[in-house]
Amino acid sequence: MTTTVPTTAALALGDDALVLSHRLGEWAGHAPVLEEEVALANIALDLLGQARVLLSLVGDEDELAYLREERAFRNVQLVEQPNGDFAHTIARQLYFSTYQHLLYDRLATGDGPFAPLAAKAVKEVAYHRDHAEQWTLRLGDGTDESHERMRRACEALWRFTGEMFQPVQGLDVDGEQLRSAWLESVGEVLRRATLTLPEGPQSGAWSAGAGRQGLHTEPFGRMLAEMQHLHRSHPGASW
Amino acid sequence: MVTTTALEEELIAIAGSVPDPELPVLTLRELGVLRAVHLRGADAVDVELTPTYTGCPAIEAMSLDIERALHEHGIREVTVRTVLTPAWSTDDITPEGRRKLREFGIAPPRTRAQSGPVPLELGPTRTRTEEQDPVRCPHCGSSDTELLSRFSSTACKALRRCLACREPFDHFKEL
Repeated sequence: MTTTVPTTAALALGDDALVLSHRLGEWAGHAPVLEEEVALANIALDLLGQARVLLSLVGDEDELAYLREERAFRNVQLVEQPNGDFAHTIARQLYFSTYQHLLYDRLATGDGPFAPLAAKAVKEVAYHRDHAEQWTLRLGDGTDESHERMRRACEALWRFTGEMFQPVQGLDVDGEQLRSAWLESVGEVLRRATLTLPEGPQSGAWSAGAGRQGLHTEPFGRMLAEMQHLHRSHPGASW
Repeated sequence: MVTTTALEEELIAIAGSVPDPELPVLTLRELGVLRAVHLRGADAVDVELTPTYTGCPAIEAMSLDIERALHEHGIREVTVRTVLTPAWSTDDITPEGRRKLREFGIAPPRTRAQSGPVPLELGPTRTRTEEQDPVRCPHCGSSDTELLSRFSSTACKALRRCLACREPFDHFKEL
């Protein structure tokens, strides 16, 4: 590979995958049914594999994952949001996997530094997106209770979605074009789920929209503390 | 194209005969993950291996098993490299590999006509719709099967159930 790897972009995509992988892993032992527990763990594993490849492009994967401070992480704030109820996890999955699928699909073409990983991962993410879509339909078009919870989750996470379309240094994609494709895709799923696209702004000046610059929401610090605790307590330990 | 020497062919056969750590009925060659073996000097080789899924944890066990197999055949230095391009597809599983999967009780993947979006249009869970190329039960051969979960014991498999013989089974899903 002769292309130099844009560090900012590799960290952004790698941290997205790493942080969401950890959040999904938190469902182990808590998922509503066994099949779902296995599904979420498998999605987490796919994301972890992608994170390992992306972070290894710019440095030592373990150091980057376990020894960076909160402000050094470049993930969007959407992926660090707590799991909430199952509807929140599904809404986060729908928003993020739709974005990731569209993004990887664009990065897979051409000979950029992310093309090999994107070409491989886009096929995995297609299953993640399908999983989120089916659950959105089932919950949205389900009981009054599941509909209301899915609606609340989509509303609550909406203000974190705008950040995904901000330009990232070294990432050769058209953010606005990505946003319109994303709105179309997510809007179509929500419509079939008897829900509607939330109407509020896709980002808020008070908090959302700064994860790519290292500014994160309050729950992220606690998540990192748990994720990094073992490695920091036992530096260099191995199985 | 890269030319392969007779010795390299022999080494590919040795490395390729290593069983998959998760699905020991399959060899790495049948799974289609062994990409190349390059001789470097008299007793050193580079091996190119590709993962099925990016996060597949079996890749490390595969590397160690390949190293061991080649060491046993007198190769002193073995370097296994992971390559991502071209991305592995279930179409890389050989016909022999598919037959073995079925005999092992795992429905083999269907061949994919083209890449692109996953052509799944199934109900939320435990429902089924008419499929053009149904997944057949590896036990009784019935095409009357339903999807229980998109993700099964490993990322590469989905969980299904046969409606004829009622047996649940794994399906190596298309990638």
